[in-house]
Order: sequence, then structure tokens, then C-alpha cells
Amino acid sequence: MANATERPKRKPRSMIIRTKLPMPTQHPEDRAKNFNEVPYGYNEAEAMFEAQRCLQCKNQPCVKGCPVEVPIRDFIILITERKFMEAASLIKTKNGLPAITGRVCPQETQCEARCTLGRRYEPVAIGNLERFVADYARDHDEEVAEIPPKTGKKVAIVGAGPAGLTCASDLALKGHDISIFEALHKPGGVLIYGIPEFRLPKDTVKYEIDYVKKLGVEVNTNFIVGRNKTVGELLKEYDAVFIGSGAGAPRLLKLSGINLVNVYSANEYLTRVNLMKAYLFPDYKTPVKIGKNVVTIGAGNVAMDSARTAKRLGAENSIIIYRRSRKECPARAEEVHHAEEEEVEFRFLTNPVRIIGDELGKVRAVECLEYELGEPDESGRAKPIPIPGSEHLIECDVVIIAVGNDPNPLIPMTTPELETTKWGTIVTETATGKTSMKQVYAGGDISTGAATVIAAMGAGKIAAKSIHKEIMGISDDDDSKVSLTPGTFKKER
Amino acid sequence: MYEIVDKKDLNAENTMLKVKAPQIASSCKAGQFIIVRANEKAERIPLTIADWDSKEGWIQIIFQKVGASTYELADYNKGDKLMDFVGPLGLPTHAEGAGKTVVIGGGLGIAIATPVARAYKQAGNHVDVIIGARNSELLILEKELDKIADNLYICTDDGSKGREGFVTEQLEELIKGGAEYKTCFTVGPPIMMMFVAKITEKYDLKTVVSLNSIMLDGTGMCGACRVSIGGEIKLACVDGPDFDGHLVDWENLMHRLTAYKDEEREAMEEYQKKNECCNEKKDGA
Ligand SMILES: Cc1cc2nc3c(=O)[nH]c(=O)nc-3n(C[C@H](O)[C@H](O)[C@H](O)COP(=O)(O)OP(=O)(O)OC[C@H]3O[C@@H](n4cnc5c(N)ncnc54)[C@H](O)[C@@H]3O)c2cc1C
Ligand SMILES: Cc1cc2nc3c(=O)[nH]c(=O)nc-3n(C[C@H](O)[C@H](O)[C@H](O)COP(=O)(O)OP(=O)(O)OC[C@H]3O[C@@H](n4cnc5c(N)ncnc54)[C@H](O)[C@@H]3O)c2cc1C
Ligand code: SF4
Ligand code: SF4
Ligand code: FES
Repeated sequence: MANATERPKRKPRSMIIRTKLPMPTQHPEDRAKNFNEVPYGYNEAEAMFEAQRCLQCKNQPCVKGCPVEVPIRDFIILITERKFMEAASLIKTKNGLPAITGRVCPQETQCEARCTLGRRYEPVAIGNLERFVADYARDHDEEVAEIPPKTGKKVAIVGAGPAGLTCASDLALKGHDISIFEALHKPGGVLIYGIPEFRLPKDTVKYEIDYVKKLGVEVNTNFIVGRNKTVGELLKEYDAVFIGSGAGAPRLLKLSGINLVNVYSANEYLTRVNLMKAYLFPDYKTPVKIGKNVVTIGAGNVAMDSARTAKRLGAENSIIIYRRSRKECPARAEEVHHAEEEEVEFRFLTNPVRIIGDELGKVRAVECLEYELGEPDESGRAKPIPIPGSEHLIECDVVIIAVGNDPNPLIPMTTPELETTKWGTIVTETATGKTSMKQVYAGGDISTGAATVIAAMGAGKIAAKSIHKEIMGISDDDDSKVSLTPGTFKKER
Repeated sequence: MYEIVDKKDLNAENTMLKVKAPQIASSCKAGQFIIVRANEKAERIPLTIADWDSKEGWIQIIFQKVGASTYELADYNKGDKLMDFVGPLGLPTHAEGAGKTVVIGGGLGIAIATPVARAYKQAGNHVDVIIGARNSELLILEKELDKIADNLYICTDDGSKGREGFVTEQLEELIKGGAEYKTCFTVGPPIMMMFVAKITEKYDLKTVVSLNSIMLDGTGMCGACRVSIGGEIKLACVDGPDFDGHLVDWENLMHRLTAYKDEEREAMEEYQKKNECCNEKKDGA
């Protein structure tokens, strides 16, 4: 990391390369039939080429766009110097899961949105570079960070999603004994049950989790906090508790026909395929319905993942219906683009009014209305207005509801001392992650509502810092200035 | 990993396993269930906690072989280990202040009814139990229930034991005979529960049913287990499995239980194929 912070001179205009180096990807026709990862990632030469595009700005606006303030400019400089391992450890000082964020961060609204180069040309492909560095380190036996002597303090972490994992590893790195309690049989949260293999290989997630385990963190799966033990009971054994239980409760539409056979919540559909590997049925025993015509309702990441999964399972037609227009799709730009390339069909300005079944209770069609865009509503987006008489049927045999997730109610339900909002999220102090209950912290989707991986990680980091201070009795110093921005409550539709 | 500490084939269809799971045994209550995933490729299957011992740290499950996954689970033996075993899931049965209660178990539902009957009894209620099966061979837990129940009534379809006929006939006879039940709890095939609920509705008898919709995670995350209760959508794994039997949309429940008929057949064929080839190997060796 030696001279990374020494800032070289600005590049002359003539040297600027205007466009991002695209990542090589599997051909759409092939990949729509398999579950392998879509982009292959940069090789060394490509990464160094893209890194050269960075202007190495003095004020580093990109860093401010990143919720955990990855030292973007400096790790990019290290890439240009071929110091890939150093680049990886530099990123890891701020972001413990770069192989994941490099793949799934909505870069276009975060780090890359602020990139100086992006004002006139395409921004530096920060996400791609982050991914490259992380993969490189993985393939080259990166060393496990050194752990300081044990403090004898114990912290319990509820949920092994990005928030919990980050909080756990940060605290382990301070010498505390950490135990994670996870309800499912595999750790990873949405990374393992929700985001599909073709976007985030499960090997990558497993590697990152193994890394956390190498730090000495104990991961207990099949443990449901609120049922096996309550938060209150955990507090008797631990010095503090962090809750990162996520927003795992599917929002189901109040539509007639919602309970028909083969109407799925996106969570169920994706969990069957990702966590339970239904795409390998009958070798793996969990089934999923392979539809011919699959309709997905919604246009966020969850919807894109569902519609693209349907295509891979063998659907002839995978149709997304969304009541606004393409511009308003809440999904990452890359996902919408990939979905289009894979011939997922989009019906914009269309919304379901009811789901229709046959005599056996199986879904047969979705009745929809068409919309036009009116004045902007409270969210600032143009409000869709139904066009009278535009009712029409879309024939289908599988419907996937992907209109967002609500906070998981189990912990608030079984922990009456915890203050919650009317949306069911746990009230936390953004700067510290503190909840209304003493020694209990929370962060990630359970406190913000469904947001992003990196926001959840950021919240895990903030909480780790305040937990460390509280259990070690360290008073607030200037190091407590926290400039992390938590995720916002975002509806998927 | 979770060790099987005891196993018994109760009859040709039903198997009992005792599994070491101290964490669950120390926190479970009657009416709750577990989810087991026997190995890396297995399904997650929900099974009711039939009995438990918090001191010895075991959970007992009793299940019926109905498809590939339950057949496979029945192939496990004492000393084998199950990969995942999670619980207790669902809400416990509410037994306090139930008043005079009739508990009705049909088929494998008898296993689920047993801990519930015990809970009603322990809560100080008078408890009559009606159990039914196709034939005497398939009746389970008779002795245990006889100890718990104030009166035990047995029905078989073929009359090989107890009364010839359905549990519903026995129930209606008791009600008409002036039993004056305050609560009815029933568990078994949905069609049986539906008919029980139809009868009790006539007599305005509060009826609790334990629903067995198809489940996946069992923690309220996926929505697979949703059932329609009085027009509202509820999740059987977190809001149930017990519901007011008079409000259940039975047709919808039965439809949803058929969601994977084709896949289940395929899985069963696969299971049989594998078993045949293994048996051949064994024979050849
Ligand atoms: C399909 C899908 C695609 C997405 N795509 C993207 C993307 O491309 N980019 C992006 O940035 N974000 C994406 N997101 C959002 C992102 O995944 C989440 O914001 C993030 O995972 C939240 O992290 P978390 O740690 O708060 O919770 P989660 O990841 O939800 O993890 C919570 C964990 O807690 C466990 N848990 C819950 N209750 C209990 C309990 N009582 N006891 C024990 N354990 C419990 C859960 O089983 C789970 O493992 C996507 C989400 C979905 C569903
Ligand atoms: C809360 C609850 C408690 C239960 N308790 C018991 C019990 O104590 N003993 C017992 O024998 N059975 C119990 N069941 C039913 C048991 O889970 C199913 O019989 C089992 O999953 C069938 O799996 P299979 O692969 O062998 O059969 P399959 O061939 O897959 O299916 C046979 C039938 O079982 C049902 N079924 C299939 N998959 C599931 C699933 N994932 N979840 C629920 N039902 C399913 C469907 O109706 C299906 O038609 C319970 C179910 C629930 C929801
Ligand atoms: S963590 Fe996400 S936002 Fe931050 S630099 Fe990496 S890709 Fe950009
Ligand atoms: S803003 Fe863009 S060009 Fe400037 S340092 Fe950051 S990545 Fe490089
Ligand atoms: S089984 Fe998934 S929500 Fe009930």
C-alpha cells in the first residue's frame, strides 16, 4: 500500500478513454439455458486497462457515493501497479465482502454515479474492478487477517445475511467471541436463498462465509431466535446482541386468485431454485413448477431474478408486467439489460387486476389493465393512471409475485421491548445502530426495510463499532464520526 | 448433524424416529413442528413433534410414508445422522380454558393429536379422544391415548377394530348424546377435517384444525404455506398450524396440496429406480 495515497498528476485530456471496458459475458442464447454466471469478469490485462481510465481525482467523489467508503481511487492505483493483493487488502479495510458487492451493488446509483469521468463519458467500471480484485485474491490464497488477543467479551448475531456477517467479522477482528444464529440451514441470507447462481455464484458466497469462519466466528444454523431462544435470553449469555434478521416476509398482493396453485411469491420461487437447487430436480428432491408461460409481477431486482430464472428453467415465454415505464424500473440497470438480452418480455404500464384459475384451482391467466403516466406522485415518479376499457388477459401457467418484502416479524413479535415502526422495522439510531433495548443493536433490512447488500453491510459495520465501544467501555471520540448512509425504504414496484 | 437415537416401524406405513435435538426439546410445546432435511439433496419436510424429553434432549416424530422424501427418511436407522433438524416451528396449541374437549385424529393425524390431547388434559380439561384409521393394523398410539383420554373411541373403515365407520359418525353420535363439548380439535387428512368442521358448525362447536399445507422454510419467509382463513391470507407455519376450522377455505387447501402431483410421481419413480438398483447390487455382492 506504500505509495498508494501519493496522488499522481491529473491525466491530460487526450489520454481519456471514454467508454467502460465491457466485461466478457456468456452469449444470451446460451446463458438463458444454464445457471452459470453471466459475466466472466476481467482478466489481469483488462483490469489494468480499465484501471488506467481513472483520473485519480484529488477529491475522490466516487468514495462519497459508496455507503462504506471503499478507498476506490487508491485501490485502482494499486491495480495499475499490478499490486492486486494489496488492492484487495485495501478494499477489505472497509468492505469485507468485495466479491459480492462487486457483483451486486447498484453501482450506477452509488460509487459510479459520482465518478468524475461519468460527468462527460462513462464512469470507471468500479464494480467490475472491485470484483476482479476480490476474485484474484481468492484465487491466490489471500491471508486471513490477524486477530488480536481475546477480550473475553461475547456477542450474539441474529441472522447470517450481509448485515450479520459484516458485524460478526468486524467484531471478531477486535478480539471478541462471536456466535451467529441463523434460522435456515445455510448462512448467507438473501445472498444464498434469493440472488440466483447466475448472478452471484454460491461458491463465491461460501468462500466469503468461510473467511468469516476463519476469523473464529461460530455459525449456528437451524437456530431460530424467538423460538429456540429469545433476544432476552441471549442477553443473559452475551454482552450484546446484533439483529440482522432482514426483510424476509413476502408482500403478497390483495388480488383475487392470489392463492391459486402455481402462484408463487418470488421468495418461494427463488428459494426453491437457489437454496434447494430445484433446477437439479429430481436429483435434488425439492420441486419447482416449470411453466411454459411465466408472468412475473414487479420490476425490481427480485423480479428480474425471478423472470430470468423462469427462462433458465425452460419457460418459453417469461413476461414481466410493471405498472410504470422502463425508466422507473427499480432494478439495477445491468439486470434489466441482461433480462432484455435473454428475451424476457416486458409489458410496461400494465398492472394485474385479478388472477384467473381453472377448475382444478390452477392459474390460467392474469387479467391486466393498461396505464398511462400522469403527474408525479409523492415518490417523485410519474403516477400511473388506468386506461378505461383496456382490460386484457395474459395466458400463463405460473405467476410470480415480486413486489417487495416486508421485515421479518418474528423477532419484534417475540421481543416486546423492541420499538418498531408501523412498517414493522426495528427503530434504530442510524449513527450507532442502537435499538430501544439496552445492549441490543440492529441493522440492515430489518431496520431500513428492503434495501441493498452494501447498505446492510454498512449498518453491520456501524453497529460493530458501537458494540465494541460499549462492551469495552470506550467513550465517544472523534473516530466515532460516522458518515455512512443507510439504505432507504424502497418499494419494489 | 442430528443423531437418530431410536427408530421403530409402527406398521407398514408409519415410522417413528427419536432424534437428539436438545435445543428444540428444551423449548418446544404441543402443537409445534420441526423441519427435517435428511441430507444435502433432500427436501425440507415439516413433521409434528409427537413427543419430547427436555432432560434427555430428544424429539420424537412419527410419519407416514407417502412419497419419495418420507420413504427416504424411513430408510434411516438408529445411529444415523440427519443433516438438518430445525424447530420448534409454528404456534403451540392453545389448551388453557378450552373446557370439555373432543380431540379427533385420523390416520397419521393420531400422532399429531396425541401431544395435543395431553396438553388439553394437562390444562385441566375433560378430554375425549376419537381416533380412526382404515384398519386396525394402521391404528397407532392407542395405549398412550388410552392413558390420556377420559374416553377413547376407536373407528376403522373396515370394522377390524372399534366402530365400523368414520370418526365423524362417532362425533355426531357423541354430540347428539349430550356430550356438550366446548372445544373440538381435529387433525388428519383435509377431507376428514373438513367433514368434522361441517358437523361441528351445525352444533356451533368451536373447532380447531391443524393444517398441513405445503411448506418450505417454515419461518414465514416464502409464503408457500399460505391458507385462506375467513377470506384472509394466513401463513400456516407462523400464524398456525392451528386455525378456526369453520373459516378454512378447504377447497383451496386441497387444491394447493396437489401443486406438485406430477413432480411427486417423478420423484417416487426415481426413488424406486435407485432402490431397485441398490438392491440388485446388494444381491449380487
Ligand atoms: C431476489 C433478491 C435480489 C436482490 N438483488 C440485490 C442486488 O442485486 N443488489 C443489492 O444490493 N441488493 C439486492 N437485494 C437486496 C439485498 O439482498 C438485501 O438488502 C440484503 O440481503 C439485506 O441484508 P440483511 O443482512 O439485512 O438481511 P438478509 O440478507 O435478509 O439476511 C437475514 C438473515 O437472517 C435470518 N433470520 C431471520 N429471522 C431470523 C431469526 N428469527 N433467527 C435467526 N435467523 C433469522 C434469515 O434467515 C436470513 O438468513 C436483493 C434482494 C432479493 C430478495
Ligand atoms: C405443519 C405440518 C406438520 C406435519 N406433520 C406430519 C407428521 O407429523 N407426520 C406425517 O407423516 N406428516 C406430517 N405432515 C405432512 C408431511 O410433511 C408430508 O407428508 C411430507 O412432506 C410428504 O413428503 P413426500 O416427499 O414423502 O411426499 P410427496 O410425494 O412429495 O407428497 C405427498 C403429499 O404430501 C404433501 N406434501 C408434499 N410436500 C410437502 C411439504 N414440503 N410440506 C407439507 N406437505 C407436503 C402434499 O399434499 C403431497 O401431495 C405435516 C405437514 C405440515 C405442514
Ligand atoms: S462497495 Fe459497492 S458502492 Fe462501494 S465501491 Fe464497491 S461496488 Fe461501489
Ligand atoms: S471519481 Fe472516477 S475518475 Fe475520479 S478517482 Fe474516483 S473512480 Fe477515478
Ligand atoms: S413455509 Fe414458507 S412461509 Fe410458511
